[in-house]
Amino acid sequence: MAKLATLLGFGAILLALPHALSFSQQEILVFLTINVLLVASYRLLTLTGEWSLGHVVIMGVGAYASALLSKRLGIYVPAAMLLGAVTAAMIALALSFPLFRMKGFYFLIGSFAAGEIIRLLWKRFRDPFGGPKGIKKIDPMPDFDIGIYAFDFFEPISYYYFALAVVGVSLWVMWRIERSPVGLTFHAVHWQDRLAEASGVNVRAYRTLAFVLASGFAGLSGALLAHYIGTINPNSFDVEQMVFVLTWTIVGGTATFYGPILGCVVLTILNEIVLREAGFEQMRPLIYGLILILSVLFMPKGLESLVRGAFSGRNARKNSAGETEAME
Amino acid sequence: MSPPVLEIDNLTMRFGGLTAIDRLSFKVERGAIHGLIGPNGAGKTTTFNVVSGFYKPTGGEVRLRGETISGLRMFEVARRGVVRTFQHSTLFAELTVLENVLIGTHMSFPPNIFAAMAGVDKANRRAARARAEEALEFFGLSGLSDELAGDLPHGHQRALGMAVALAARPDVVLLDEPFTGMNPEETRRMMELMVKLRNTGVTILLVEHDMHAIMGLCDRITCMSFGRLLAEGNPQEIRHHPDVIEAYLGGARHVA
Repeated sequence: MAKLATLLGFGAILLALPHALSFSQQEILVFLTINVLLVASYRLLTLTGEWSLGHVVIMGVGAYASALLSKRLGIYVPAAMLLGAVTAAMIALALSFPLFRMKGFYFLIGSFAAGEIIRLLWKRFRDPFGGPKGIKKIDPMPDFDIGIYAFDFFEPISYYYFALAVVGVSLWVMWRIERSPVGLTFHAVHWQDRLAEASGVNVRAYRTLAFVLASGFAGLSGALLAHYIGTINPNSFDVEQMVFVLTWTIVGGTATFYGPILGCVVLTILNEIVLREAGFEQMRPLIYGLILILSVLFMPKGLESLVRGAFSGRNARKNSAGETEAME
Repeated sequence: MSPPVLEIDNLTMRFGGLTAIDRLSFKVERGAIHGLIGPNGAGKTTTFNVVSGFYKPTGGEVRLRGETISGLRMFEVARRGVVRTFQHSTLFAELTVLENVLIGTHMSFPPNIFAAMAGVDKANRRAARARAEEALEFFGLSGLSDELAGDLPHGHQRALGMAVALAARPDVVLLDEPFTGMNPEETRRMMELMVKLRNTGVTILLVEHDMHAIMGLCDRITCMSFGRLLAEGNPQEIRHHPDVIEAYLGGARHVA
């Protein structure tokens, strides 16, 4: 009951939040919401122990696919977004065959190479990807009215609500997966793949499953982005963006579901609001790098460790290991 | 006599120029506790790794109930009913004791992602949990369900490794040095549990250095040396076999 009340209160804050912000801050809020989905999907991938450098490119696959499907084939935008997510998942499935012949560091480098190949294909093929200039004038979300609220997608606030709903549902699904026996198996594959395999777990299949699911959600976040900003190009999804995702994830911590989300939210607020307003515009990347180094040195378990420290040991532990939901 | 459950037939495993297993053949009878012994470097663990599918043999075959299983991957061997434990304490140290054993139930209750999302796998989860608790109880670990596996004392970790294997309800378990690092009292209790396990119909093949445990426990013993079969027989025969004495004492003389 108390849990439900907290959740409702949190939801109310999220709904009220944009009304307290300026127009440009509302825009940042939309990006933040999309990035929360991106970084949460990245954590789903890291559950099996593999870190990828191609995740942002996979997000781009979702963005390109959704943009092209709606623009060229006139597919209704929300449907195009879902198809974009499916496309990203399918591309990930195809990539998994070469990539999962590798593990650890080699997988990291392999995923980077795969991502760069995709980006080069976007640059090389003007038709249909638009070359280095990318795709412009992507169809916006069509306005609609749900009775209590009329969505006007020219307003960031409307898109924020829409994105919030999509991201909320996605996070809920990812949470359910992690808390299920499937999630437990992901953890098992991460910590001891040999013992997992001796217990009959098809380790390769589970790695692929995590990769495909994470890529699907990343693709969805890309589609949300594409139809909001209306123009995408290969550089929107370059390795610099990937570094941001890594920074959010590392600073936040990966032991809990909320760790990377926390990292994303805190660093975005710091980056966009504190630093930009304080006039540190030019120095932001520098300060960002400094934060990454300092947090690795002094807070190796991430921001989440601060939150967990605030609760009692038992409570915190429960969150950590991705325990399967108790059945009672 | 019923046919052997596991047949190792002319098995050879080479790593480059090194022949770790050299035309090894032996049979494991259903419901037996079968010991695999030999001096260090005899190829016992390599044999385990081949039988469990971790290595693909260079030559020869492993057959389970007449079906060739050599060359299959480890999870495929496991799904046919041969489950192994590992030397040392190979566990999911970061997961709780109960979660460790739940992984062991993976084959009996395969997770389904769609059912999990829709929340319609409750019965499956409950059954898996019951199975896991049963395995924990068998090894006397019931009170430790919520502890992290990495925090357990060594003896309990060994027992947990066996509980994970047992939760899979295997036909054959391969135990790799189950008594290492146990004190005599723990060893004695573990031996009792193994007899109990065998009496439920599980066939046990174990590699072990503790001769006292091996002699007291096994129905049949295969002794290897330098990758080859040296001798086979019941504990009495092995104890007095001249080649076995030579291999062990001869090895000891070299060291000294």
